[in-house]
Amino acid sequence: MVGHLIVWFVFSYLIHFLADALYPINFLGWPLNYYMAAQGSLIVFVVQLFLFAKQQHAIDVKFGVAEQEE
Amino acid sequence: MKMQWEGKSFIENLPRIYGVYTGGFVLFFILMAVFEKFGMSAEMIGILFLAFTLAIYAFIGILSRTMAVEAYYVAGRSVPPVFNGMATAADWMSGASFVAMAGGIFMSGYPYMAFIVGWTGGYILVATLMAPYLRKFGCYTVPDFIGTRYGGKFARLCGVLVLVVASFTYVTAQITATGTIAARAFQIPFEVGVWLGLFGILLCSMLGGMRAVTWTQVAQYIVLIVAYLIPIFWMSNKQGLGFFPQIEYGPAVARIMELETQLGVGTPPAETVAGLKALTALHATPVGGWLPAWQFVTLVFCMMVGTASLPHILMRYFTTPSVRDARQSVAWSLLFIFLLYFSAPCLATLSKLQMLDPNLPTSIIGASIDQVMSLSWIEKWGNINLLAIRDSNADGILQINEFFLNPDIIVLATPEIAGLPYVISGLVAAGGMAAAMSTADGLLLAMANALSHDLYYKIIDPKAETRKRLLTARILLLVIGAAGAGVASLKLTGILGAVAWAFCFAMSGLFFPLVLGVWWKRANRPGAIAGMLGGLGAGWWYLLAVRNPEAWYGLAQPWIGLDHLRFGVVGVTASLIFMIVVTLLTAAPDEETQRMVDEVRIPSGDTIIPSKV
Repeated sequence: MVGHLIVWFVFSYLIHFLADALYPINFLGWPLNYYMAAQGSLIVFVVQLFLFAKQQHAIDVKFGVAEQEE
Repeated sequence: MKMQWEGKSFIENLPRIYGVYTGGFVLFFILMAVFEKFGMSAEMIGILFLAFTLAIYAFIGILSRTMAVEAYYVAGRSVPPVFNGMATAADWMSGASFVAMAGGIFMSGYPYMAFIVGWTGGYILVATLMAPYLRKFGCYTVPDFIGTRYGGKFARLCGVLVLVVASFTYVTAQITATGTIAARAFQIPFEVGVWLGLFGILLCSMLGGMRAVTWTQVAQYIVLIVAYLIPIFWMSNKQGLGFFPQIEYGPAVARIMELETQLGVGTPPAETVAGLKALTALHATPVGGWLPAWQFVTLVFCMMVGTASLPHILMRYFTTPSVRDARQSVAWSLLFIFLLYFSAPCLATLSKLQMLDPNLPTSIIGASIDQVMSLSWIEKWGNINLLAIRDSNADGILQINEFFLNPDIIVLATPEIAGLPYVISGLVAAGGMAAAMSTADGLLLAMANALSHDLYYKIIDPKAETRKRLLTARILLLVIGAAGAGVASLKLTGILGAVAWAFCFAMSGLFFPLVLGVWWKRANRPGAIAGMLGGLGAGWWYLLAVRNPEAWYGLAQPWIGLDHLRFGVVGVTASLIFMIVVTLLTAAPDEETQRMVDEVRIPSGDTIIPSKV
């Protein structure tokens, strides 16, 4: 979970704080700062959430605290 | 007709029901397109679109009426994760996301994209820190959690207070949006449109509570996402950018940046038009320097933490069958929200290109003023003062700084700007309506539930019968709705300002009391009360101080660029400090409460608040 929050912090704040430095980089036509705000960070978030749901469930099962299937 | 709303067969049938519904909607769209070919008027198509979708929502709302507490407050805790994801997405994406966001990017460029990042990343906080634990708690409302975790009526009352302040701010903005759209489509005054919009909203939520709202929100999500994506695909095909522009509009951005230097974007206009702005911000270039970067990041922060504290979003996760489903549901929500948000900058880019690029037939910059003035969309939006053209240098040619518009019209006007058939405009209006209505539904319900469950049942009359409680909930829904419409018809703030304020209020008052309630066993009642009241008070004071620099609030200018959209930073910090200091000064909570907190973190076992039917 802490790992997820670190990734979240990097893609939410750090990347966008450094927008000036990313601007000259060209990524498939987009300036990289624009791409990260428009799509990059968002894709990271979506993937992260599905992973988190899966991992957390695995942890619950491992420690025997998962809910019983009905 | 008697419908089965819970149980296995209903859940299994859901994909089919909504499949048929989506098919029906597409069919209706095609039918309208055919009617347009045969010469049906644009006004008529617009009216039919709104009337048809409204009728469907009302139909679902009436079918799913209920008198059971569990169904009314949490939809029987039986909503599958994927569908809850859709409902949350509709609940979440308001008039501001649908109507105002792409327009904001169009006008303000890169700095504005903080909203996109903030409004998606917040779900990470929801999933990791909040939703699964609140679901495990088994509460009906957010103040329900506060009241049970910290104990005491006063703490519960503070929770209700913050919830109402934040949600009411938000709901007026949504009613404003429904009023605007209804007014334009039905050609009625805005003040009447507001009440008409409210009527539609209440029809969905009055009878069936959370259950009705859940199933209408799923229907509304389908309408709004279709309405948002179709114009983008259509435009992209016309511009030769391929069928799936979201992954290939990079060159379009590059082209805009090239045109910006040619056309001189950034030259301030020679005159001003009240309420409208000329395009002066660059599309993708950051402003540069640490202050804009700081402002970007703080806005992201406010929107994220606000997301994780908005009661109408959190309460959607109370409706899932299990804790595991709550977590998955957050992921699905974000996926559905992502579909719209990653399209918004694309829409802004394509729409801007339509206007700027001299190689496209629809471009207006650089064309002669007489020619531009005769375009029907320029005339139509110009007539209601949302767009204006001034030939400042009197050369008869339209320059970029001679064209003024209100950013909110971009999404609604894009189909006309790009020369798409009118049926698309009707579709977009229906989508905007769906977005605003679904959010307003969720908000009104959050408030009415908190007032009826927490204030009336838990504080005023704990012996009230079920019937009486649900009746109170419905009456409150009416009263709050009417109050919201009344305030909306006064037109105090813009849509977007009000939305950002709602986020800041919610984060100021609720974020730390909720998070620490789950994650810090030592957190106690006085601390939570201090956190809620202190945070809300500090945020409110800062907002007033920034808005009225001449008044006596004791602040000459905003601290380090924290303007009125970002006052949540101040509120949430104050909330954290108050909560920790007061908690440490007073006694630790008793054994029982501490055991309860341990219990919340374990998914298995019963909910903390025993469920009753």
